Amino acid sequence: MDWLRELARRLSMLIHRRQFDADLEQEMRLHLELRREEQLQSGMTADDARAAARRRFGNATYLKEESHLAWGWEWFENVAQDIRHGLRMLRKSPGFTAVAILTIALGIGATTAIFSVVNATLLRALPYPQAEQLVSIEADFPGVGARDVGMSEPEWQDLQHSGILEYVSPTWFDENNLTGSSQPAHVRILLVAPNYFALLGVKPQLGRAFHPEDHSPGLLEEVVISDGLWKRAFGSDPHILDKSVRLDTDLYRIVGVMPPGFDAPGRTAEERNIEVWAATSFYGTPLPDNPPRNRRFLPTAVARLKPGLSTAEAQNRVDALVASLQKQFAGDYPLQSAWSVRLVPLQERVVGNVRQSLILLLGAVAMVLLIASVNVANLLLARASARGREMALRQALGAGRRRLITQLLTESVFLSLLGGIVGLVVLLCTKQYLLRLLPESFPRLTNISISWSVLLFALVSSLVTGAIFGLAPALHAGRVDLTHALKEGGRGSTGSGEQARTRRMLVITEFALSVVLMISAGLLLRSFWDLLNVRLGFSPQNVIAVRTRLPAPNFPENDVYATAAQETPFLREVLRRGRTLPGVQEVAIGDTASVPLDRSLRELKVISEGQFLLAFEGRDFQCDQPAAVERSSVTPNYFHLLGIPLLRGRFLSESDDDKAPQVAVINEGFARTYWPNQDALGRRFKRNRADSPWVTVVGVIANARTESLAQAEVPQIYLSLYQSESRRLAIFLRGHLDAAAIPEQVREQVQAVDPTLPISGSQTLDETVSASLTERRFSMEMVASFALTALLLAGLGIYGVISYMVSERTHEIGIRIALGADRRSILRMVLRQGLGLAIVGAAVGLVGALVVSHFMAGLLFSVRPTDPLTFACVALLLIGVAVLACYIPARRAIRVDPLVALRHE
Amino acid sequence: MSGVDALHRDEIPPGTLYLLILRTLARSGEMHGYEIASSIQQISNDVLQIEEGSLYPALQRMLIKGWVTAKWGTTAGNRRARYYQLTAAGRKQLDVEMSQFERVIGAITRVIEAV
Repeated sequence: MDWLRELARRLSMLIHRRQFDADLEQEMRLHLELRREEQLQSGMTADDARAAARRRFGNATYLKEESHLAWGWEWFENVAQDIRHGLRMLRKSPGFTAVAILTIALGIGATTAIFSVVNATLLRALPYPQAEQLVSIEADFPGVGARDVGMSEPEWQDLQHSGILEYVSPTWFDENNLTGSSQPAHVRILLVAPNYFALLGVKPQLGRAFHPEDHSPGLLEEVVISDGLWKRAFGSDPHILDKSVRLDTDLYRIVGVMPPGFDAPGRTAEERNIEVWAATSFYGTPLPDNPPRNRRFLPTAVARLKPGLSTAEAQNRVDALVASLQKQFAGDYPLQSAWSVRLVPLQERVVGNVRQSLILLLGAVAMVLLIASVNVANLLLARASARGREMALRQALGAGRRRLITQLLTESVFLSLLGGIVGLVVLLCTKQYLLRLLPESFPRLTNISISWSVLLFALVSSLVTGAIFGLAPALHAGRVDLTHALKEGGRGSTGSGEQARTRRMLVITEFALSVVLMISAGLLLRSFWDLLNVRLGFSPQNVIAVRTRLPAPNFPENDVYATAAQETPFLREVLRRGRTLPGVQEVAIGDTASVPLDRSLRELKVISEGQFLLAFEGRDFQCDQPAAVERSSVTPNYFHLLGIPLLRGRFLSESDDDKAPQVAVINEGFARTYWPNQDALGRRFKRNRADSPWVTVVGVIANARTESLAQAEVPQIYLSLYQSESRRLAIFLRGHLDAAAIPEQVREQVQAVDPTLPISGSQTLDETVSASLTERRFSMEMVASFALTALLLAGLGIYGVISYMVSERTHEIGIRIALGADRRSILRMVLRQGLGLAIVGAAVGLVGALVVSHFMAGLLFSVRPTDPLTFACVALLLIGVAVLACYIPARRAIRVDPLVALRHE
Repeated sequence: MSGVDALHRDEIPPGTLYLLILRTLARSGEMHGYEIASSIQQISNDVLQIEEGSLYPALQRMLIKGWVTAKWGTTAGNRRARYYQLTAAGRKQLDVEMSQFERVIGAITRVIEAV
């Protein structure tokens, strides 16, 4: 503890150091006086006495300094002095200060903003205890190219009892109709194992979670609800526990309410915003009593590793388990399919979708910061030459080179910190607005905050930035040629060739970085533009899709829509009533998979149903190509409503109902993939299950980009809705519609048929198409705005350098003009100098962009990473900006009045 | 004058300044800088004459180490002076320095006597 007391003493000296110096002074004076008096008494003259006292005492100034230094605060006092001095210098040139601080504020603010998003999504652990132990389980058949095929109930049991995992819970996303309140509501429900909440380690705010060891058959009759649903549907009723709700007509008891801010770990916004959790052990009515090993109806699963086990170790042991299961149940795991089970860190699953674009953004914003600091370095260099005389003078008075460099670095770091603070304040003030720029589907949005780690990041990046942009001027200042600088007198500038070289290098760097950013932005912009202008193959104009859902009760006797035959009258009645609505010209119904480009629904389909694996008549599935395809079920009018043309055969018809043989319409992509160079009409395929009926192809339609804007030819199947049991439905209406009134009008008509059905998610297809581009639009817009900022900064940078050069050469230009130089040749001379820098910078940047764009290939659509048009346009644009930026100082140069210029000296 | 100069050249062995100050303070309790200097000089019969000013940096270092404390008081001649006083740590340090000094002096003596 001695060092602590010592530190306390040192600190108190630091605080009272003025007093300290005064005390020392007084103490030493007393000493000298007493000694002098003693000498006087021994008979010396007054002068001799004083001299003797002084001699015996030694060099008082030196000793005072020595005493002061003993306390070890020299460095601190230097920094304080430098900051004071720096502040004075900043106050003296407010223009420079404002520009520098704003530039840095822009750089640091933007970088910190992006970092706060990266921190919240990629870096911070998921908000569950020991989140690093949580994994998602994904099973693949790499042998037949099928990914994420889901898990069967026996496989789940095997994993649960393997000793590798603490808990394993399948998760099954679904939607449900919540009835009993005033209006039937559509809720997002997650079917989980009873151990789900124990697995995540989260407790409800009210009531309890499921009992983790409950293994009773069927669905437990209890549910846990989200805080959101509790507030929205139950008005935060404090006595909610043990109340009953009906979900798809089945009765459940509410046993718990999750805390606010609790999100399920999921890939999409739908999967994360779960409103109801229901538990089951995945066997017993309504599920099969003894689910077979090869029925992988559990689409996704999460698990917690045994404590102390790393993901890699666990994966090794799972691999061994998989190998032994394959041997034991050879019939269920054909060798060709090469069944494998992957443990993916849960975080990876939740944020995997946005990782690449976030890293792109972080890279882009880091470049903006770099360009900003290069700009400030340039400003500082210009000022350093103006301060050359000050530096020379200080050096002449004995300041060491290191001391001068420290002083300039302290100043620049201080400047950078000021900029960082301004940036951070602006960020905090605009946080609400900035957050709205993020797509809503972004994972972990609510976690984004200015946390301590973000503040630390801002601090460190300010310090580093300050050090970077302060380095060049500081090193130059250390190398001032004294005699030269002092002799030059009033002009102040040393105009050293070396400094000019550094400034040119900085401008070249700036241009190179801007080119890289501009090209990245250009490529993204072109991708986006091409996507917007892609030929859709269907017409989304004037179409609104409204969703509803038929209940699927757990007990078949309660199910009024159990078969297609029971469902068909409902569909026909809704179609008939839909046509009577004002403005409606056409109506069709499809399952939700048929809504074009609806990403959330597509994910949902994959999540809750897995891929649709096909078998073809006359071919063996096991050794055939993978046949996992997109399929939807629609009513006959769907194709006409969306304007998708028929190529061969016929559309579906009203007579393709449950009594008729199963038929399908396929798109050209499907025909070309599975029956290349053959006529697809009349061919038969079926779902790859023993009990599925054969389906005959009756028509081939043109390809339409209903699955993905980026892909032209996704194989697709359209089944007749009258022949399939689809519960999640979308009602399509075409006509001159009032988008605001439609949901209510449709609700009335649907509920006139069945009053228990909810209506949700009404959207025009134009909106759906546009929404499918949200994330692309976001990264494109962000990178583009960073690129524009970079361009602006680079323009300012070259402007600064050229105008400085012109002002430095005023004298020379004056002489040239006096000697009869053509003004045009002067203009050319100045422009040439600026353009030279821009061209070298652009060339370096083009090479850099080639490297960077290569990594962006995954984010691009229809443009190659080396797209010559983008590269050329960006290079030209940048050179144009350079010409503009140089033209202003160049004009000043030709207006130089030789008389004034020469008298100037 | 020359006599004084001769005395001046009898500089104290390096490293013993702390010891001298500590010992002086231990003997007489509170003292200000001038008194310490004079006391060292007198007791050594004017043989040990330190550069008086160097007392002060040394005293600062001893303050940092916590061997002495200082407080302001008034001298007999009614002038303000800073009085230094030994602390418990200072007393301990004095023992350390003493034994170290004796070890060195003993060793030197043995070397000289062996000749």
